[in-house]
Amino acid sequence: MTLSIITAETKPISRSRVSGLVRFARRHPLIAFGGGLLGLLIVLALAAPLYAGDPVNMDPFQRLKPPSSEMWFGTDNLGRDVFARTIYGARISLMVGLLSGACAALFGLLLGIIAGYNRGIDSLIMRVMDGLMSIPTILLAIALISLTGPGIGILIVAIAIPETPAVARLVRSVVLSVRERPYVEAALCGGARLPKVLWRHVLPSTIPALMVQSATVCASAIMTEAALSFLGVGVPPEIPSWGNMIASSRLYLAIAPLTIFAPGICLAVTVLAVNLLGDGLRDMFDPRVIRRR
Amino acid sequence: MEYEEGVKALVTYILRRTMSAIAVMAMVGAFVFLLLRLAPGDPAAILAGRAATTEMIAGIRQQLGLNDPLPIQFMRWVWDMLGGDFGNSIFAGRPVLELIAQRLEPTVSLSLLTMTLSVTVGVSFGVLAAWRAGGLIDRTLTAISALGYSVPVFVIGYFLIYFFAIQARWLPVQGYKLIADGLGPWFMHLILPTLALSLGFVAFIARVTRASTLEVLTEDYMRTAAAKGASPYAMVVHHALKNAGVPILTVIGISFAYMIGGVVLTETVFNIPGIGRLVVDAINNRDYPIIQSVLILTSGLYVLINLTVDLAYTLIDPRIRY
Repeated sequence: MTLSIITAETKPISRSRVSGLVRFARRHPLIAFGGGLLGLLIVLALAAPLYAGDPVNMDPFQRLKPPSSEMWFGTDNLGRDVFARTIYGARISLMVGLLSGACAALFGLLLGIIAGYNRGIDSLIMRVMDGLMSIPTILLAIALISLTGPGIGILIVAIAIPETPAVARLVRSVVLSVRERPYVEAALCGGARLPKVLWRHVLPSTIPALMVQSATVCASAIMTEAALSFLGVGVPPEIPSWGNMIASSRLYLAIAPLTIFAPGICLAVTVLAVNLLGDGLRDMFDPRVIRRR
Repeated sequence: MEYEEGVKALVTYILRRTMSAIAVMAMVGAFVFLLLRLAPGDPAAILAGRAATTEMIAGIRQQLGLNDPLPIQFMRWVWDMLGGDFGNSIFAGRPVLELIAQRLEPTVSLSLLTMTLSVTVGVSFGVLAAWRAGGLIDRTLTAISALGYSVPVFVIGYFLIYFFAIQARWLPVQGYKLIADGLGPWFMHLILPTLALSLGFVAFIARVTRASTLEVLTEDYMRTAAAKGASPYAMVVHHALKNAGVPILTVIGISFAYMIGGVVLTETVFNIPGIGRLVVDAINNRDYPIIQSVLILTSGLYVLINLTVDLAYTLIDPRIRY
């Protein structure tokens, strides 16, 4: 049994003036790789109109065609360009995923700080969070969507709400430990108002944990959006998204596998990029992690 | 005297933990109850279905007491459920519980097979990775697990179907065979769904096992065990795994609870007539009694599993204070 894992190796600080970015990327390869991949996907999605064809144009004479120089991934059962749909699908998936992730992080941050600081409503908030957590994510999202019918706005909220409790719990636990610190007490004694103390002294210490958790939440939100669209309750069918592309092509798996594999692989790569970014952030913020060169 | 105090503390802990589980269930109950009331349209009209006449709707309103105040309706609804009456399906017109019971076998088969596979493979991978931390095995397994929890179950499902059922023709493409029709066909139909659903859980369990085993491996008593000449096997299995047990158990509990979401997707991909399909059909038909019952039952199961896991801690690990 080797216990060499404990011996921490610290990298000697490079004297040469390499740019800070490269050094950062070297020290945190996961952040660089995950973040870079995510950035690339966002740029590709935003630039879609510059290079991808029309994602909604149907051509009944070009149904389920194999890949060609014109239609790189072939066509689907309605004769639509699978490549264009996949690229345009990235826009909706990334937008819904990142916005719901951001909403969940924001809700969770607010609830977590309130719960951590106010013992009176702490147990009420945390019981509601426990209740939300006990309902499976997809079922809870579906139940919320069933209240209004499908639409992008309700979809973002319905994906964000099931993700909120995890963030709120985490923020609350950080706040609970920080509020006892001397500097917080000193600020309060010095006459600073509570909202200012929360903003200046408590909020910053929740940031590292919040960033790591946000990445996890975004990854999960992107998956949930795809799952809901796949089940037919997410993004409306007239907008191409990875989930509803897979759903509408599933009868043609044997004839035109790319109609499912293209959006499927893009979905997996996107989630992987966000997850790697999250892992990298965790390693960066966690002092217990042993850095190896 | 000290012993008695310990027992007293334990009983208080169990009572407190059970009370908070009941509070959570009450919260979920209120949410699920309000779901039908907040849904657009008249609840009686929703429950009567699309082809209802005005008289039928009025009859349902009278029969369900929808004219009573909300708190009374809520209490009656909870009381009926405690007595085993979950209402009738709008679409099928039969008791919801009966419909759920009919769909139970495929879902339970799939969940149990998935859990067995995920725990065995996940825990072994996790221990293996922690044992040779930083080595080739560790890095390979870490990479696989990062991939594993990034690929959604419906994506891996279609990959498996395409390669193993459509191209290689080794396994059936879709569907389900009852155990009563023979174990062979039952198992063959469940191989691909189980693999698809397990992937994420294997990754998740392996990750947590690796992390908690790694933490234990650096403890002083591990060095002592090594100094006393314990074999690597004895060290990992008897010392490390036993102490890393609590987080692993938590994760297994959480996985069970998360499974229902994966089951809904897996059953859709593989066309398995289980609870997941029942829910998806219920959503398309706006069959609220079924949606409500499944929400209540799944979150009830989650709360129950978590309660059991929490109480099991006190048995496994005497260091945990209550």
